[in-house]
Amino acid sequence: MGITRRAALQAMLTAGASAAGVRPAAAAVVPAPPADALGLLYDATLCIGCKTCTVACRDANGLEPDTTASPDRLYNAPVDLSPRAKTVIKLYAKGAVRSYVKAQCMHCVDPACASGCMLGALRKREHGIVTYDPDLCIGCRYCEVACPFGVPKFEFAKAAPKIVKCELCRERLASGKEPACTEVCPRNAVVFGRRAELLTEAKRRIAETPGRYVPKVYGETDGGGTQVLYLSHVPFDTIGLPALGDEPAPQLSRSIQHGVYRGFVAPAALYAALGIVMVRNRRRDDSAR
Amino acid sequence: MTFQCPHPDRESGSFSRRDFVRLCTMAAAAIGLGPAAAERFVEAAERGAKPSVIWLQFQECTGCTESLLRTSHPAVDDLILDLISLDYHETLFAAAGHQAEAALRQAMRANAGKYVCVVEGAIPTKENGIYCMIGGRTALDILKDVGGQAGAVIAIGSCASWGGVPSADPNPTGAVGAHEILRGKAVVNIPGCPANPYNFLGTVLQYATYGTLPALDSDNRPKFAYGQTIHEQCPRRAHFDAGRFAQRYGDEGHRNGYCLYKLGCKGPVTHANCSVQHFGEVDGAWPIGLGHPCFGCTEQRIAFRVPLHTTVDIERPMPPDTYAPIHAAQGRVSPVATGVAGAILGGLAGAGFMASKKLSDDSRPSPPPAPAAERTDAEA
Repeated sequence: MGITRRAALQAMLTAGASAAGVRPAAAAVVPAPPADALGLLYDATLCIGCKTCTVACRDANGLEPDTTASPDRLYNAPVDLSPRAKTVIKLYAKGAVRSYVKAQCMHCVDPACASGCMLGALRKREHGIVTYDPDLCIGCRYCEVACPFGVPKFEFAKAAPKIVKCELCRERLASGKEPACTEVCPRNAVVFGRRAELLTEAKRRIAETPGRYVPKVYGETDGGGTQVLYLSHVPFDTIGLPALGDEPAPQLSRSIQHGVYRGFVAPAALYAALGIVMVRNRRRDDSAR
Repeated sequence: MTFQCPHPDRESGSFSRRDFVRLCTMAAAAIGLGPAAAERFVEAAERGAKPSVIWLQFQECTGCTESLLRTSHPAVDDLILDLISLDYHETLFAAAGHQAEAALRQAMRANAGKYVCVVEGAIPTKENGIYCMIGGRTALDILKDVGGQAGAVIAIGSCASWGGVPSADPNPTGAVGAHEILRGKAVVNIPGCPANPYNFLGTVLQYATYGTLPALDSDNRPKFAYGQTIHEQCPRRAHFDAGRFAQRYGDEGHRNGYCLYKLGCKGPVTHANCSVQHFGEVDGAWPIGLGHPCFGCTEQRIAFRVPLHTTVDIERPMPPDTYAPIHAAQGRVSPVATGVAGAILGGLAGAGFMASKKLSDDSRPSPPPAPAAERTDAEA
């Protein structure tokens, strides 16, 4: 029993101060999307809320129906993205103003989930698609907390749970097909393509019919940019697309975290301080005997 | 002696070639084939290449025969007899006794290995099948004999397909379907109580014209008719999706034609085409069209086993006609729970503090004895 409470508290304070004293790393440049970035363009003014995309998504991804929220469990009616729903159509209705909105992974240019993922299970892989490798996942669920859109979902009900999120139908892409949701959409409300081309198309639509849209493409720069782009006739924050600013969502936490470990100086200093305290206490203990 | 079916001569009958072609087109459409197939049906029939059909009846109610004959479209019974050569049918033939049995043997000899054996009714197996005997022979014997030499065997109705009513618990006669007896032989099941005549006719005509049998599902039912559930094509489906249900017979929902699911409709698990191929060619003439829940008559695990008004699980749940909110409702923590959790955490923190204090005191070389009151007031 060499350590006193006082000494332990002292050591902790020292470590805390050393961590807090580190200045956040200089604001990193906003990363650009990969040149071959693929994505979706969802136009809320075209969507008729038929939910064909949700059915096709379930089929393509082999997801079980999510009947828990429906009366008598008759319907596949997830109330939000869930481990059994990689995409869901939501409805915003206030008076006469109505808008559907399709929720799925935004495939951020700088994804917070990947930033929070300690082993790289969630990572931007080919075409900038944020994909999941269950072999690297330890189930910490940091991605769930980190994502500003609430996309990654953890299979709490399973014995060997995984994270479930839209991966832009990567198996289908590999076999030369487009994602299931865009393939079946009867009005092309959601279309698939290269992000750069989708962005051009979105801007063309806004320019062609001024007044039809909120004059902004959500995802162009929001949260550092996303590969899924949105057009809407109602303000984006009302349909669940938060105002994130142009900074990448994981910027702040990453600068702190990366700053703490820069050059491994802070951990080395902390352990050195603890070592000094231990040696000192042991000496004092020996001399007291 | 060849047995002749009692049907009017084509020339003097009440129907024209046009009617005949129309029937063939309907039959072709029923099995998912185009007008070209209908023409081949007509050609085959006109060449006289009508399939010889031997129709056996065992533990049955003759409902399947009735549904085949009692169609409201004019002269359909005559037309059926013109498309096929019905060489033995206990309900329809004029002959009786030994004469009838002779007709059966004659037809079997003349078309051995080519005729179509249609089985209507279940086959009792207990006590060596003595519960159903015709002409001194058990149903078991007759089926093994006639079915064994047939080119194709078609089990019409639920009884012949899997036992039907006679096999309902406790199944006193050990009734089984035809395929249980004719092991190793391809038996096409056309279940239904009664079976839809067009599903039967389409299967027979495909065999007669092309020499093939339709693609079958795992229960040997033609996929063209039994590939989808009633629910998938139900005319009341929109009411189901919108959550509009008849809650009891005769209530407002029932009168408005709402979904019958809550009255026990088995449509979501019943594979059949009744919702698109109504009976007797009368639009709406099928159970759900008449306001009665589907009974699940084509499904062995449903009909005569699951009570009529018991609801079933949805085989393939689909989205309802409602939408998720933009922000899903979050659970809220009640103030009482917060208080209780706070009290527990506070107690633990206090206990930890006192324990660490005691630890520090013990580590001193000569700790002064602490008063007992101070050590035990952790919860205070």
